Amino acid sequence: MDVPIEALLFFLLLVTALTVARLRDLYAASMMTAIFSLLSAGLFVLMDAVDVAFTEAAVGAGVATVLSLGALSLTGSREAKKRAQVFPFVVVALTGAALIYGTLDMPHYGDASAVIHSHLAPDFIEGSAELEIPNVVTTVLASYRGYDTFGESFVVFTAVLGVILMLYRSKKDAS
Amino acid sequence: MSSYLGLWHYHACILLMMVGLFAVISRQHLVKKILGLTITQVSVIMFFVAMGKVRGGTAPILETMNHDAVARQAQDVVFSNPIPHVLMLTAIVVGVATNALALSFVVRIKESYGTAEEDEVLAADHAASVAESAKEHSLESEAT
Repeated sequence: MDVPIEALLFFLLLVTALTVARLRDLYAASMMTAIFSLLSAGLFVLMDAVDVAFTEAAVGAGVATVLSLGALSLTGSREAKKRAQVFPFVVVALTGAALIYGTLDMPHYGDASAVIHSHLAPDFIEGSAELEIPNVVTTVLASYRGYDTFGESFVVFTAVLGVILMLYRSKKDAS
Repeated sequence: MSSYLGLWHYHACILLMMVGLFAVISRQHLVKKILGLTITQVSVIMFFVAMGKVRGGTAPILETMNHDAVARQAQDVVFSNPIPHVLMLTAIVVGVATNALALSFVVRIKESYGTAEEDEVLAADHAASVAESAKEHSLESEAT
């Protein structure tokens, strides 16, 4: 019974994405991107990825929207009208065809006998019980692959440093 | 054909990714390109998360820490694969960080060029390089 809900959400996502690509008013486009993130969070819940869902809802729909609205207030929100070109369509169609061809020999969606479910994941679930952390995602994130999370925080630090240097420099030049 | 029907989630993710990619390639405003990049990124994340789904499974959160109970749970409760979830959590946060950096670049470009449209920026660059070479040429002809 869950397939119609997923199909509906995918349809809404597709409509939202097409609207983002078409809209010339960039404030509206960034609000549509926020809606896109929120809808995808709903889909993540259906795919049992609750942690990914609330991260997407908070960071994707929240922080990213604030950032793009802030940038738009500095750059202007109208996109100039340009005539459509054929070349992007061709590139996108070729990429999509190649990717769909690549999925054809993949295990089906939800297949419990797929290879990725037979290694590592059962160990992590068992290890999570041993470490007495109920959420397996937290266990892997903070314990088994804690150095990945450390690397992630380093990446975020570098990005913040880059943003500060970029905007500080431009303010100094302006004065 | 019916054997490919079980793959439609993946194909839907690819379709969304194509829309995002189209926005990145064909639109000229740089903020619009970044919005397209966000859509592409969410689609790829969704593709990975879809691979971790087990039909009839539930979110990978244990109900009890008791080992016997865990052994019992393993028989009748199926969890979806937590590994794609962990990797994609990292991807979302890093994606927003790169987004922020890209937007600050756009703000900087707007301040320098007075526009955030890619083709106008390229035209301004071209005009500047033409003016530069013309100036060099006139200097050379003055020297000779």
